Amino acid sequence: MTEVAITPELIAQHGLTPEEYQSILDILGREPTLTELGIFSVMWSEHCSYKCSKRTLKCFPTRGPKVLVGPGENAGVIDLGHGLAVCFKIESHNHPSAIEPYNGAATGVGGILRDIFTMGARPIAMLNPLRFGRITDPHMQWLVGGVIAGIADYGNCVGVPTVAGDIYFQDCYEQNILVNVMCVGLMRKDQLMLARAQGPGNLVVYYGSPTGRDGIHGATFASKEDPHSQQRSAVQVGDPFMGKKIIEATLELIASGAAVGIQDMGAAGLTCSSCEMASRAGTGVEIDLDRVPQRADGMNAYEIMLSESQERMLAVIPREKIDVAREILERWEVGCHILGEVKSDGLLRVKHRGEVVAEIPAVKIADQSPQYSPEARRPAYLDTIPVAPVPYPAPPDWGDALLRLLRCPTIASKRWVYSQYDHMVQTATVVRPGDGDAAVLRIKDTPMHLAVTVDGNSTMCWLDPETGGKMVVAEGARNVVMVGAEPLGLTDCLNFGNPNKPEVFWTFDKCVRGMAEACRALGTPVTGGNVSFYNESKGLAVFPTPIVGVVGKIEPPRRILTPGWKNAGDRIFLIGGAEQHLGGSIFAQLWQPQQAERAGYYDEREPGPVIGPCPTFDLELERALQQFVLEANRRGLINAAHDLSEGGLAVALAECCIKSGREKLEARSGKRSAVEYLGARIDVPNVKCLASWLFSEAPSRALAACEPAHAAELTALAQDFRVPVVALGEVSTDAALLLGDVLDLPVAALLAAHETLPY
Amino acid sequence: MKGKVIVRLKSEVSDPQGMTIQQTVSKLGFEGVRKVRAGKYFEIELDAPDRSAAEKTLHGLCDRILANPIIEDYTFEIE
Amino acid sequence: MKAAVIVFPGSNCDDDCRWALEHVCGVLTEMVWFRNRVPDDVDLIVLPGGFSYGDYLRAGALARFAPAMESVREAAEKGRLVLGICNGFQILVEAQLLPGVLLRNTCLQFLCKDVFLKTVRSDTPFTHGVPDVVRMPIAHGMGNYYIDADGLKALQDNGQIVFQYCDHAGRVTAEANPNGSLDNIAGIVNRAGNVLGMMPHPERAAEDALGCHDGRYLLESAIRHLTRA
Repeated sequence: MTEVAITPELIAQHGLTPEEYQSILDILGREPTLTELGIFSVMWSEHCSYKCSKRTLKCFPTRGPKVLVGPGENAGVIDLGHGLAVCFKIESHNHPSAIEPYNGAATGVGGILRDIFTMGARPIAMLNPLRFGRITDPHMQWLVGGVIAGIADYGNCVGVPTVAGDIYFQDCYEQNILVNVMCVGLMRKDQLMLARAQGPGNLVVYYGSPTGRDGIHGATFASKEDPHSQQRSAVQVGDPFMGKKIIEATLELIASGAAVGIQDMGAAGLTCSSCEMASRAGTGVEIDLDRVPQRADGMNAYEIMLSESQERMLAVIPREKIDVAREILERWEVGCHILGEVKSDGLLRVKHRGEVVAEIPAVKIADQSPQYSPEARRPAYLDTIPVAPVPYPAPPDWGDALLRLLRCPTIASKRWVYSQYDHMVQTATVVRPGDGDAAVLRIKDTPMHLAVTVDGNSTMCWLDPETGGKMVVAEGARNVVMVGAEPLGLTDCLNFGNPNKPEVFWTFDKCVRGMAEACRALGTPVTGGNVSFYNESKGLAVFPTPIVGVVGKIEPPRRILTPGWKNAGDRIFLIGGAEQHLGGSIFAQLWQPQQAERAGYYDEREPGPVIGPCPTFDLELERALQQFVLEANRRGLINAAHDLSEGGLAVALAECCIKSGREKLEARSGKRSAVEYLGARIDVPNVKCLASWLFSEAPSRALAACEPAHAAELTALAQDFRVPVVALGEVSTDAALLLGDVLDLPVAALLAAHETLPY
Repeated sequence: MKGKVIVRLKSEVSDPQGMTIQQTVSKLGFEGVRKVRAGKYFEIELDAPDRSAAEKTLHGLCDRILANPIIEDYTFEIE
Repeated sequence: MKAAVIVFPGSNCDDDCRWALEHVCGVLTEMVWFRNRVPDDVDLIVLPGGFSYGDYLRAGALARFAPAMESVREAAEKGRLVLGICNGFQILVEAQLLPGVLLRNTCLQFLCKDVFLKTVRSDTPFTHGVPDVVRMPIAHGMGNYYIDADGLKALQDNGQIVFQYCDHAGRVTAEANPNGSLDNIAGIVNRAGNVLGMMPHPERAAEDALGCHDGRYLLESAIRHLTRA
């Protein structure tokens, strides 16, 4: 290959600092080739090396008695018992989705699926946390529509149900939308497959789609500020049909025992998969690029190594098993190309057209990446957030206030989204999206159910990164507890601005520390995740947005719990902390009486600025609340449970009414009734600030309904756990939400408001 | 005037639909089908004072809505 | 009796159908790879939902050439039962084992939700004992049934329309039509009555654990028909 001169400009174009280049010279003992420079560049990008975040991430608790695989592999794995394990991971696809929403989101789904099935797990659920700007903006509507269609078309085609997600509309995401994707898989424990190039002499096999000039430098692209500026070739088209075929082929390959290691080619493509597999196993890998199936003509070694074409896999197969592997791969029509073999010399050696174009110690690229402790400085904006709560005059009509909140796109029903996702394929979805605080999936042939959720309220993280970080973890764990599950573990996607800005890095560091403390207190180890920096354009960063995915298990005698009221006469309790002020609440973003020219209210689709301060948060109380609900459920005391989150108590009560709908079936004639709803009669106590009582978004709070006969036991149990409990009222047959003389609304009106489409 | 617009994926961008069709028809015995690329075709009736105004409208339409220049390009004819 | 589920590349409800037939209804079920023939001793063939060949070109358009389809055609001619669900229905119309075509939903979006179906005919092998109104999920982007006026008249005259989208009380209304299907058609049979194609998923509504067991009536009707014969 004609050698290209390695100039300082070329080094800078590859995003490498002079110091990093010096390390490359030290590792190689010579000047790198262009291909080698490209390899170091992608492997040492933030996306692959976590060079800015690694030190901070070390504070996460990652071990636990049930953790089978922690961070560092493609995905985390937790033991479920019954010979089974659950595998899960969350990732971001923010930057590609901002410029090509359909394919950006679709390839994000494809990528996270591959992380799961390469471990030997069948993907059983997808979850999608999304963050958008103001929904009234036509460009934002184009982004929203494209992202949702991209997720839907990929997930629906491969037959993995999309069962949960959350969507926030917040001005800080106007220039940088966030598209995170989480996948959950189920596996037999004995089929766990690690991404390791074990056994010198074993063959390195490529299968899946051919390689084209797709997204060259996509990984460095995802680590640079401002997706709009350049590098536009970094978006690819996903092929869900190939995605489905490689799921089946890979799972069969693993079940056959033919593979000893598998990794997908994701960010940084063939480079990352070969380097990481070799370095994890302490081996070397030699590959010949002439054997790589190619879609484009005349690709050079640099392009082949750095291509990010989708739906490609790399497997390590012992020679004596290659015929078994070939039969499986060819039956699924995904191709079977032997690129080379595992070596004992620890080198990544790449040949092309008869020449060695790269020869690097694999372990040094993958593990000796630079590590930084970026400067951290407390951002000045925090000083502008009021320390004391702002007093709130009452709005003219409490019923009107509640309906506005229910219509607010962040709170309103997401039926318009999840009805586009196949959320029932695999016939395991027992609690569907929108029906519970977390989605619940049955595990066929076992008594177990899995609960899965994603959460991440960035408003609180902006107001107070450390407390907000704790609250994000707490809410994720609480949501699986509220459907009856014991939280098992957590995966996190940390979406922040440019980490080289000390103010951004400070919020990152604080958020992670808060999250880690909460993980420890709540017993939810972190089994992996993803960091997405540079969510920043035109100098404006997104709110600190850590998002967590939590997986929990429900096993008898515990039951599945849902928010909808079950029986008229059931007693309703508010459990957990007391209300606080309205800081950080959506109500405070809508009702801003100080803005006289708007007659007090902002349009619910265009909320006003966030008003602080962040509520206080007590980890000990949170832990007690979750333990109490788990125990009460074990004793069969709870008929309905619902976490209090956006919109506070009033919205939570409304949702329990809305979700109480049931049809009646006449046994003899088989005739069906229209859906009938239950309501609630609530006594309003004498409080200082009614607005806070109704709409405060203070953490560690939930609703629970129980049969009158169980009320005393439930109350006593709460006292044992030192969890405050307040009797609110009871479930009523008349389909209306009645709050003393404050508010009286028919469920039909609540439902209509909640089902309002955002555009 | 009538605009006939073809939007297709850029030549370097992967076209899974085209590839799948090519592979399947080859197996069915259609020999010599080397490559298939799929695209979209639009017929657009225009009210425009002259050809250059129509071209301007079509360019605007393609750049902003019908194609995403990040992965697609387009051609059109005016009749 | 014996059932078979055909697995096309891209099928994704194949295992759900197997589970419903085998685990819920207790029928021996064989999975048949699209390249192979359906064995002669199979009485009920299910073409499952999914995205065969990624739905590229048109839903079902490439799958109809699969080698297994030849044996499906022969089995249909011999009077064995053939059930096409969702993508399976799309393949059956592309293969011209059933008339008509399935277009994109009028809302232009994939739609996954429960719908009510009116059982128009309860005298087919698939609908004995199926209640007048049943609830089942749909999950498709191309379920908008279309046929020309003569074809529709033939369907009506021959009593080939088996299921229509309706409301909870069985009223066939425009509001109850989720995808724009002509005459609210959700499922049709061939003239002989042994080939049923439907967009809704009975296998997703075959157990109370999933919120509804109405789909089981349909599967059990087919099984009763075959075991009695």
